[in-house]
Amino acid sequence: MARKSTTQRVVISTIGAWFFGFLIFFPILWMVLASFKTELEAFAIPPSFLFFHWTTENYATVQERSDYFHHAMNSIIIAGGSTLIALLIAVPAAWSMAFSPTKRTKDILLWMLSTKMMPPVGVLVPIYLIYKTFGLLDSRIGLVFILCLGNLPIVIWMLFTYFKEIPRDILEAARMDGATIGRELIYVLTPMAIPGLASTMLLNLILAWNEAFWTLNLSTSEAAPLTVFIASYSSPEGLFWAKLSAASTLAIAPILVLGWFSQKQLVRGLTFGAVK
Amino acid sequence: MGQITLQGVQKSFGPVHIIKGADLDIADGSFVVFVGPSGCGKTTLLRLIAGLEDVTGGAILIDGKNVVDTPPAKRGLSMVFQSYALYPHMSVRGNIGFGLKMAGLRKDEINRKVEAAAATLNLTPYLDRKPRELSGGQRQRVAIGRAIVREPKGFLFDEPLSNLDAALRVQMRIEVTRLQKQLGTTAIYVTHDQVEAMTMADKIVVLNAGKIEQYGSPLELYERPANLFVAGFIGSPKMNFVTGDSAAQRGAATIGVRPEHLKIERDGGGGWQGTIAVAEHLGSDTFLYVDAGPLGMLTARYIGELSLHAGDRVSLVPDPARIHRFDASDNAIRN
Repeated sequence: MARKSTTQRVVISTIGAWFFGFLIFFPILWMVLASFKTELEAFAIPPSFLFFHWTTENYATVQERSDYFHHAMNSIIIAGGSTLIALLIAVPAAWSMAFSPTKRTKDILLWMLSTKMMPPVGVLVPIYLIYKTFGLLDSRIGLVFILCLGNLPIVIWMLFTYFKEIPRDILEAARMDGATIGRELIYVLTPMAIPGLASTMLLNLILAWNEAFWTLNLSTSEAAPLTVFIASYSSPEGLFWAKLSAASTLAIAPILVLGWFSQKQLVRGLTFGAVK
Repeated sequence: MGQITLQGVQKSFGPVHIIKGADLDIADGSFVVFVGPSGCGKTTLLRLIAGLEDVTGGAILIDGKNVVDTPPAKRGLSMVFQSYALYPHMSVRGNIGFGLKMAGLRKDEINRKVEAAAATLNLTPYLDRKPRELSGGQRQRVAIGRAIVREPKGFLFDEPLSNLDAALRVQMRIEVTRLQKQLGTTAIYVTHDQVEAMTMADKIVVLNAGKIEQYGSPLELYERPANLFVAGFIGSPKMNFVTGDSAAQRGAATIGVRPEHLKIERDGGGGWQGTIAVAEHLGSDTFLYVDAGPLGMLTARYIGELSLHAGDRVSLVPDPARIHRFDASDNAIRN
């Protein structure tokens, strides 16, 4: 009896999990499907799920009308650049807070996080004016800078929690074994921190890739990333669902592929077995 | 050689004095156990000797050389941590050989030494595994392997067995003691478990509130405790303490009698009268917890089985030759 009810429970929970998984994935699926429809079919009621006239025409139009690769390159530079700089600043910051904390460390961390609680629109005008004065509007460097600053608190927090999990004993064992600070860093700390660094990097890349508020407000064409490219399809000329979907699909594709392949890197638990 | 001497070693964290001047002479090749309640400073003292903490005052001599300004690795000591502190991303071979690699030894020499250490500890089949693939006891052995492979002047053990289950702890206790005797290397071992201290040590250091209360062989501490604290800390179950008239009659502020030195008689005999509150029958021993009225709770131990039960009246007669006497400032009174 007991075994039967366990099997039943497994079946039910599996079906439940698939159902919720599908529910969460559905908007993306719908977007991808819509990108292969004609504009008419895209907002037809009742909507057709699979049996419509499949076409790749939207993708061709989108590429023709606005230069996808120009925007994609901007996205790569802005997301990649801001992530790299954020990591360069955050690693030493999180390191020192995790391994030689002071009485104020907690306060500093909270203060940093508190900057994320303010709605960005609150500082839009001053930042816009500063950017205008320094000629940073519609420049890649300006966007790298603002996205880096915006994500820095989260990056520092994430790294701080990862570093905190590295047991102090292991560092002391390395010192007893005669490792200098440099060798401790190369042979012990960095290998142990890689999963944490990798997942922080990936999360920051995704956040920066999808960031729309600052990119939409501070860039128009020259430095405009994929978010601006998508937004251009909801324009005064009207809403083009199929083309908007095609543009969105193209915009999320690179980051989706990256996330898919780096899944393994994200698996944590490398430190398991070190202590206890 | 591995003679370790502490001269007036002090350690403070800000205004808090953790170690209040420790003097100690540890002979080469001996096994010394630091024991004391938690927070007494035993781990801090060990870390001072290791070099993981800097002393506030005093000197630490290893083979006559003051090492207070020497970094940990150059002191020639190796340490086994409570948490094992293995490098999770390295194999057992990498873990044991890391210290040798840092010392710049040749690869074949490292391999030879690592394999020899692994053979001593029965770790040969596991050399290419990662720490996460090992059991608790095996991890502990890897930590010990990492310590012995460097052929140090001394081993420092920081409660290394406290994460193991009871049965394994007893087994590892014997293994560690045997290994130390076999290598003849000086060892300092920190524990809060007084049974571990009594069974493993050549000499025990009893620490309390940052002070060394007594330094001596296990039996010395058991038979001639220097003060009330040591008397109460060493021995299980704990020594019984009696104050008042019974003590005053013997010219002391407090007298102490170990549970095994109380003769148990049926009610009506001489000695201290009381009612059994709890009787524990272990087969090999019988422990009686006796409510002796104004004297408080007394514990008595009988070797073998004694058919007495809760509620029975008994009288406890202390063995006059084995009564410990303490003065008003808790120090032992010697005859």
